[in-house]
Amino acid sequence: MKTESNSKPTAAGDTLAATSAVAGEPLGFSAYIKKYTMTIALVVVFIFFAVLTEGRLLYAQNISNLLLQNAYVLVMACGMLLCILTGGNVDLSVGATLCLVAALAAQLMDKFGMNAYLTIAVCLAVSVGIGAWQGFWIGHIHIPPFIATLSGMFLFRGVGRVLLASKTVAISNKTFLDIFSSYITVPGLDKEGICWSAVIVGALVAIILIVLTVVNRAKKAKNGYEMKSAVSEFAQVAVIDLLILAYTWQIAHYKGIPVMLLWILLIVLLYAFITSKTAFGRYFYAVGGNEKATKLSGIDTKKVYFWAYCSMSILAGFSGLLMAARIGSVSGDTGLTYELDTIGACFIGGASAYGGSGTVPGVIIGAILLGVINQGMSIYGLDNNWQYVVKGAVLLIAVIFDVVSNHKTGKA
Amino acid sequence: MADNILEMKNITKLYPGVRALDNVNLKVERGEIHAIVGENGAGKSTLMNVLSGTIPNGEYEGNILYEGQKCHFKTVRDSEGVGIVIIHQELALIPELSIGENMFLGNERRGRFGINWDETFGQAAKHMKRVGLKDSPTTMIKDIGTGKQQLVEIAKALSKNVKLLILDEPTSSLNSEDSKMLLDMLIDFKKQGMTSIIISHKLSEVAYVADKITVMRDGATIETIDNTDRSIDEDRIIRGMVGREMTDRYPSREHMVSKEIGMEVIDWCVNHPVYTEKRVVNHVSFNVHKGEIVGFSGLQGAGRTELARSIFGKSYGTMITGTLKVGGREVKLKSERDAIEAGIAYVTEDRKLNGLILIDTVARNNTLARLEKVCHRGVIDVNKENQVAEIYKEKLRTKTPTVQQAVNNLSGGNQQKVLLSKWMFADPDVLILDEPTRGIDVGAKYEIYCIMNDLVAQGKSVVMISSELPELLGMCDRIYVMNEGEMVAEMSAAEATQEKIMGAILKSDKKGAKEESKGA
Repeated sequence: MKTESNSKPTAAGDTLAATSAVAGEPLGFSAYIKKYTMTIALVVVFIFFAVLTEGRLLYAQNISNLLLQNAYVLVMACGMLLCILTGGNVDLSVGATLCLVAALAAQLMDKFGMNAYLTIAVCLAVSVGIGAWQGFWIGHIHIPPFIATLSGMFLFRGVGRVLLASKTVAISNKTFLDIFSSYITVPGLDKEGICWSAVIVGALVAIILIVLTVVNRAKKAKNGYEMKSAVSEFAQVAVIDLLILAYTWQIAHYKGIPVMLLWILLIVLLYAFITSKTAFGRYFYAVGGNEKATKLSGIDTKKVYFWAYCSMSILAGFSGLLMAARIGSVSGDTGLTYELDTIGACFIGGASAYGGSGTVPGVIIGAILLGVINQGMSIYGLDNNWQYVVKGAVLLIAVIFDVVSNHKTGKA
Repeated sequence: MADNILEMKNITKLYPGVRALDNVNLKVERGEIHAIVGENGAGKSTLMNVLSGTIPNGEYEGNILYEGQKCHFKTVRDSEGVGIVIIHQELALIPELSIGENMFLGNERRGRFGINWDETFGQAAKHMKRVGLKDSPTTMIKDIGTGKQQLVEIAKALSKNVKLLILDEPTSSLNSEDSKMLLDMLIDFKKQGMTSIIISHKLSEVAYVADKITVMRDGATIETIDNTDRSIDEDRIIRGMVGREMTDRYPSREHMVSKEIGMEVIDWCVNHPVYTEKRVVNHVSFNVHKGEIVGFSGLQGAGRTELARSIFGKSYGTMITGTLKVGGREVKLKSERDAIEAGIAYVTEDRKLNGLILIDTVARNNTLARLEKVCHRGVIDVNKENQVAEIYKEKLRTKTPTVQQAVNNLSGGNQQKVLLSKWMFADPDVLILDEPTRGIDVGAKYEIYCIMNDLVAQGKSVVMISSELPELLGMCDRIYVMNEGEMVAEMSAAEATQEKIMGAILKSDKKGAKEESKGA
């Protein structure tokens, strides 16, 4: 009954003409399509490549690698979203920061024989330092982000190459590799061929999701809050659960749960929580929506900018560790053009080029979409150069869609 | 039969929720200086935007006859093509370009290859001579003062073969000497056969320069006064501007002003944030009691907004000095956050630019100034936030289908209610409302007044800055008058009249002019 009152405008008599253009709760078919465009695009593209590669995209190994190969995009897109939220600004230096931190990790372990944990601590500390450097100039001195991070792009890349002395340094520290790029195996449960642990975890997560939804709805009902209709909410959970089960079933057939997946999930969930649930996260949207109004609302906008770029560099540094472990070596070209993949994922995922709107789930879908296209084309054997052409076209189409649809509905 | 160069017939322009122009008729005779006067929001600028094509044909109703021809201007270029040039209050010059380049911007003197610079600067110099500018046409705009920039604008208009020149508040940023020079130049141009329309708040200037004066009020033309023989004085114009019936426009309230002072400001000075040597608020003192609505009257640029924002956590200005007491205790506010915590709210005059996050929902705007009230350890309780928004929606009768609606889908009056909700949610003791009813219709205005009455009934202090005199007289317990950064009068509601307030402003103007001339 609560849901009923929500889906109809109350007091039809007073309702203004202006409110007819509402994209409110009751989603018509076209509004539904619009809201989930990128998800639908992802499904279509996925099916397209699955067919094109005659099912090879669906092989266990490829499914498992899909996220891992794009770990850096998934992680950094979360941070890049914060930068973009503040007003469509981007951080161009993330590829370089990634290179610097990866190079530092490689050299610390290779040259100085530092242990893995200490190395990770030092690398993260350096990332924080880089973030504070950029955040200070952008937030407190008002250097335009484009310029500050462009300078960072040269600067950190240069330092990274100096650290490597123009060589490729291999990473052989077993502990380090285990922390980031091993697979979870439970003795007795996981055998050659299938890792039951992955299946069990997948099933558990699926069940937990259902329980959480039920509990949440009960709580809302008790307090008399508005909620979505039961059908749509449970249908959504069912789809997500099926995907989780299918995914874990596949990775169970290829080495099991990768540790890196857990790291990715940790970051993504953390950022999803910050942006959607906390006051701190809300400030990023506010600054991008109207910086002057935000400042007059008593919010320290300098701090918001500072943390956007600081967190971005920390994530770039962390991705440096992930990629160093995954590739197993670091060179002066590590992370080249990664900033572009990351930025692209955000915009494809629906972050507004003018700031103020965008979500973590959105950019993750954008990142996966890019990943599917990349991998699909690689498996199909499309020439590397053509892959660039396709990526560019996808980015443009996504942003055109965003701008055009906002222009139509967003303007009063 | 009069030779009318321009006739505007039954012009009506609607904005969502507001009737900006209502059947406006205007006749301008060839070779006269025609003044348009009226309060802020009376529709003067809107009318000129219709005439110049800034508001394109089709977005308004009615007809424009120019030189006897029906006109359908789609862009400013169309109207300039037939010799109608408008000079806006905010000058549209590019500081980093030279005078000559600015004059021919978009209308470049072309040579065989690119721009013919000799002709550009030669022509520029010719037109500059006509307006008495002796600078080189290659001087950068940023290197000359506002007075000269205004002359450049006029020279630019001349270069477009202007026949009907429209000036919107041309003297608002000029000192009295430059103003006089500019007005005399218009009289000169008149002798050469040019027609001008001048919009001005400065009634003394209007009486001095205009042959006919059209008074606008609430989007309609009230009367056109003949001033060919210069017999009209300021009082006569003021009477036309403000003479409206005042029945039921303001909700009544019991005046229960407490003896306790809610906020007191003593000897407050503020300098301009960029031109730091310029004083914008000069030794101002005032107070507001609990349960009192205090009005601030003055012309645009009198320093009222600057005063309010400098009090609100120094969000405007530099070198701010003076004492601020809230609830009897002296406070030092370094940021907007400090001000909010001290119990002050500043509700901006420009809700779209400084007040609301238009792409965000009603609920999210409602809580922004005090997000912590719906947070638990930094985590927002979205359900609670929505409940809060619902409560304010009911309380203020905001018309929105749900609180999840994006604010830019609401009408101006409802946006203003959301803005008020936001600051009421911050639960301040002192509310500074800067033009709280700007750009909203009469019904919504009444509701905003009711909200203000509720606030003072709760014992809060309200400072209302408004350019609408009737509103101040209808709502306030006490009225302060500011002019040119100084407090020039204070009067109780009982003794205040529109003529008295206008008089206080104009008198201080004359005093200022005298002092200036003495200084020079």
